[in-house]
Amino acid sequence: MDANRRDFFKITLAGGAAASFLGFDLAPAYAQLQELKIARARETRSTCPYCAVGCGVLIYTIGDSAKNVTPQVIHVEGDPDHPTNRGTLCPKGASLHQDILNPRRLLKPQVRRPGSDHWEDISWDRALDEVAHRIKKTRDDTFVEKDAQGRTANRCEGFAWIGGCTDTNEFNYLVVKTMRSLGVAYIENQARV
Amino acid sequence: MTNGWVDIKNTDMMLVMGGNPAENHPCGFKWAIEAKRERNAKLIVVDPRFTRTAATGDLFCQIRAGSDIAFLGGVLRYAIENNRIAKEYLANFTNAAFIVKEGFKLPEDGLYSGFDPATQTYDHSSWNYEAEGGAASAGLPPKVAYDLTLQNPRCVFQLLRQQYSRYTPDMVERITGIAKEQFLKAADLFTSIRTNGDMKKVATIMYAVGWTQHSFGTQIIRTAAILQLLLGNVGRAGGGVNALRGHSNIQGATDMAGLFDSLPGYLKAPIPTDTDFKTYMARVTPSASKPAPWDSFNYYSNTSKFTVSLLKALYGDAAKKENDWAFHYLPKVDRNYSWTEIWDNMYRGAVKGMLAFGMNGVCIGPDSQKNIEALKRADWLVVGEIYADETSEFWRSPGITPEEMKKINTTVYRLPCAGFAEKDGSMTNSARWLNWKNVAVPPPGQCRLDQDILAQIFLKVRELYKTEGGKFPDPILNLTWGYTEPEHPSLSEVAKEINGKALANISDPKTQQILLRAGQQLPGFALLRDDGTTSCGNWIYSGSWTEAGPQLARRGTEDPSGMGVFPNWGWSWPANRRVLYNRASCDPSGKPWDPTRPQVWWNDEAQLWVGNDVPDFKADSHPKDHMGPFIMNAEGVGRIFAPLAAFADGPFPEHYEPIESPVANLFHPQHSNNPVVKKFSTPADKYGAVADGFTVICTTYRLTEHYHYWTKNNPMNVQLIPEPFVEMPVELAQELGIRGGDKVKVTSARSFYIAKAFVTKRIKPMTIDGKKIYQIGLPINQGYRGIQEDAGKNARTIANRLTPSVVDPNAHTPEFKGFLVKVEKV
Repeated sequence: MDANRRDFFKITLAGGAAASFLGFDLAPAYAQLQELKIARARETRSTCPYCAVGCGVLIYTIGDSAKNVTPQVIHVEGDPDHPTNRGTLCPKGASLHQDILNPRRLLKPQVRRPGSDHWEDISWDRALDEVAHRIKKTRDDTFVEKDAQGRTANRCEGFAWIGGCTDTNEFNYLVVKTMRSLGVAYIENQARV
Repeated sequence: MTNGWVDIKNTDMMLVMGGNPAENHPCGFKWAIEAKRERNAKLIVVDPRFTRTAATGDLFCQIRAGSDIAFLGGVLRYAIENNRIAKEYLANFTNAAFIVKEGFKLPEDGLYSGFDPATQTYDHSSWNYEAEGGAASAGLPPKVAYDLTLQNPRCVFQLLRQQYSRYTPDMVERITGIAKEQFLKAADLFTSIRTNGDMKKVATIMYAVGWTQHSFGTQIIRTAAILQLLLGNVGRAGGGVNALRGHSNIQGATDMAGLFDSLPGYLKAPIPTDTDFKTYMARVTPSASKPAPWDSFNYYSNTSKFTVSLLKALYGDAAKKENDWAFHYLPKVDRNYSWTEIWDNMYRGAVKGMLAFGMNGVCIGPDSQKNIEALKRADWLVVGEIYADETSEFWRSPGITPEEMKKINTTVYRLPCAGFAEKDGSMTNSARWLNWKNVAVPPPGQCRLDQDILAQIFLKVRELYKTEGGKFPDPILNLTWGYTEPEHPSLSEVAKEINGKALANISDPKTQQILLRAGQQLPGFALLRDDGTTSCGNWIYSGSWTEAGPQLARRGTEDPSGMGVFPNWGWSWPANRRVLYNRASCDPSGKPWDPTRPQVWWNDEAQLWVGNDVPDFKADSHPKDHMGPFIMNAEGVGRIFAPLAAFADGPFPEHYEPIESPVANLFHPQHSNNPVVKKFSTPADKYGAVADGFTVICTTYRLTEHYHYWTKNNPMNVQLIPEPFVEMPVELAQELGIRGGDKVKVTSARSFYIAKAFVTKRIKPMTIDGKKIYQIGLPINQGYRGIQEDAGKNARTIANRLTPSVVDPNAHTPEFKGFLVKVEKV
């Protein structure tokens, strides 16, 4: 039959009627398309980790929330309710899905031993244990209780903490708590650079 | 930002300098476009390149990287000469009328009064106000001599006029390379909002690291702040001094003070001469300093309340009045321990270990090869990351042979951390809005949450001190760690600790009525006490998680005033005030300068300040008491002149050349550079000059499609910008026989960088004092680990191998923008 472009779409969307036109039935295909991929998803409100505009993002995951089922991220988009970005995202925010699901993610603790040319796997327990021992040893070796003028210093100059600027306020506060209690003087982060 | 992102839509005039928001803050920049569209606001862009921000602008000035103070000083002079100043605002809300004491000297020869060449520091005592009655004063005088007519030759306004009288359009052209006529157009346009002193219109200044990353970066920002005070733009919707910060929580990281010289909430870290708590408080607690008839809230007079509450949060019952609130548990900061000092001291062998969490120190530099050298000499390095990065792999960075690798004895632990979607918690954007985010997915593989890793390390260290003893274990043993799951601390519990709570019933001292019961969350910092009855991790965040719940998780989309305040979305520090210093949006009688943008105002019936925003002020201070709007300053007013030790290098900004510059300082060649800036002196610290063949000015910048050194791991971003490049003017390319796409090597006194040439017409050659000068630019986003790097598709050189190890003397930020290089085809 003869049909212009608009009629063609009307006919095909009608499903069954298309069968005679095209020779096969498009209805099941369209029925699947019309269900949004996020229809059965859980929506989590988050914040883009990149720049300081702090765009709201919505992360969609599927998974039936059963205890042993890991939710899978299927879509990330801007949060239309957020007053600053109003649902828009820049190229960095728009590619967050592939930051969350990325085969290059580090997945296990590793150690590079002195003189070595490669990484070795190490268990968390062993890694944390070694790190704790090193911190204590360096602190005990370099701690300044009183300075040259006999004034209280309580300062550890032997190791440094350098932090980034894309982690939470609460984490940053725990860093200040722990590092200052160890007496760390060299505490810095991206804010300065 | 003093203001905010959405607030930009309220402006009439924008100056963007040292920043490129169309490319680096695209979703925030929409508000600048909104202002252009809805209010016919104008945009002036001043940049070494014609950027995409410039492409949306009404006027563009191409500037030599590092000459921003010369330009802004020229605009200051223009404003004063043409009477485009906010006279009433100036006289009443700034220290323009304050008289500076005899003996103060301006830096016509490059030096302020009080310079000691032996130590390369200033004795600031002459940078002070004159006391009323002429009494001598070591600190700020309580009663300041002043002249409201602004005529006294030693009043701040006249000194300001004198200081910038040298910054003529001719000098601006010779120093910045901006043609006189173009500069005058920009100065005229920007100051046109204050023609004949009419107060209704507002201008904003937006900047980013193009201003901070210089050896005088703090002073560039100061010049802008002075200009905005002169024009009466601070405290006003669509106005202010607006830092466009770079990272999702860099504002929070600054507020929470993960920095050597501060404690949470911008409290000053104790120093060795703070021999007891009383002495410490005396040093850091300012007293009001102002004209006698005026009032100053001087809110930092409450410092002891903030500090004791912090110490109670950190040490709980172990912090008592009897032991000076355990303040000796904190390390005394006796010198500069900032970023470049860390690497320098590691290079010298004094710093033996490092924990680097979400921070790629090797790529940041400056002088990346020095940082790699330093790591080779360290005993241990712990990296917390989500991708393999240059810092954790310094031991096999390009150029290291197998033989050398055998001699690198640093043990490196690389711990897999959690990504942003795997953590909850709050982050603070550039507009000071705290927003809570939720967990979408658990960490993959064996990754752990960063806070869990930190907790587990700390608790293991504490256990070792418990069982083995060691040096001064008290602060470690007594640190509060009362989280329900100590090794998996809930960030909600931490957020509540940061907000603070009452430790005993808090009563109103006048009525004895109980305002808050023991254990209840504080409603805000007004209830903080210095008697040990309150606990608060960060006083400026107090109010973010109250008894009413997590204010920072609110999602109110209503904006009743239409001015982009959104009072119920998230929570803004301080006290949910969205525009800082907003009392200054009204005239001295309490009426808004512009009735069409009413932010706050004095309500005579209620005898209170009220408004569409929370007043950033003492709510019941009657206008006739003349309390200053800048409540965090001892003077109560904005500082056009910054007295005493406020800044290391001067109470007014002065033009100095970058440490590596192709020209001498045209104002005072005998003092070309910032006199208090020091160079480092290891073999890895080299500085170049034109005589060594480094004749081209280089700057570094970022791309829209990439985020620092993170997105080179993301296939989508890498597809958009797969390769690094060197952006250079077509004229320079022709001189060197370089065509677009050719491989090019850029060399500085420190190291080299290899990438493809990107030949452009958007960075024109400049004429600086008659000399032809070229500028080039490099994006920083690539390194030696990433999708393209691992496939061998780029040269794996880091841009910051080129940058010099020299820093601003106030903020200690390195001079990443404006150094010398040579360019050749390879």
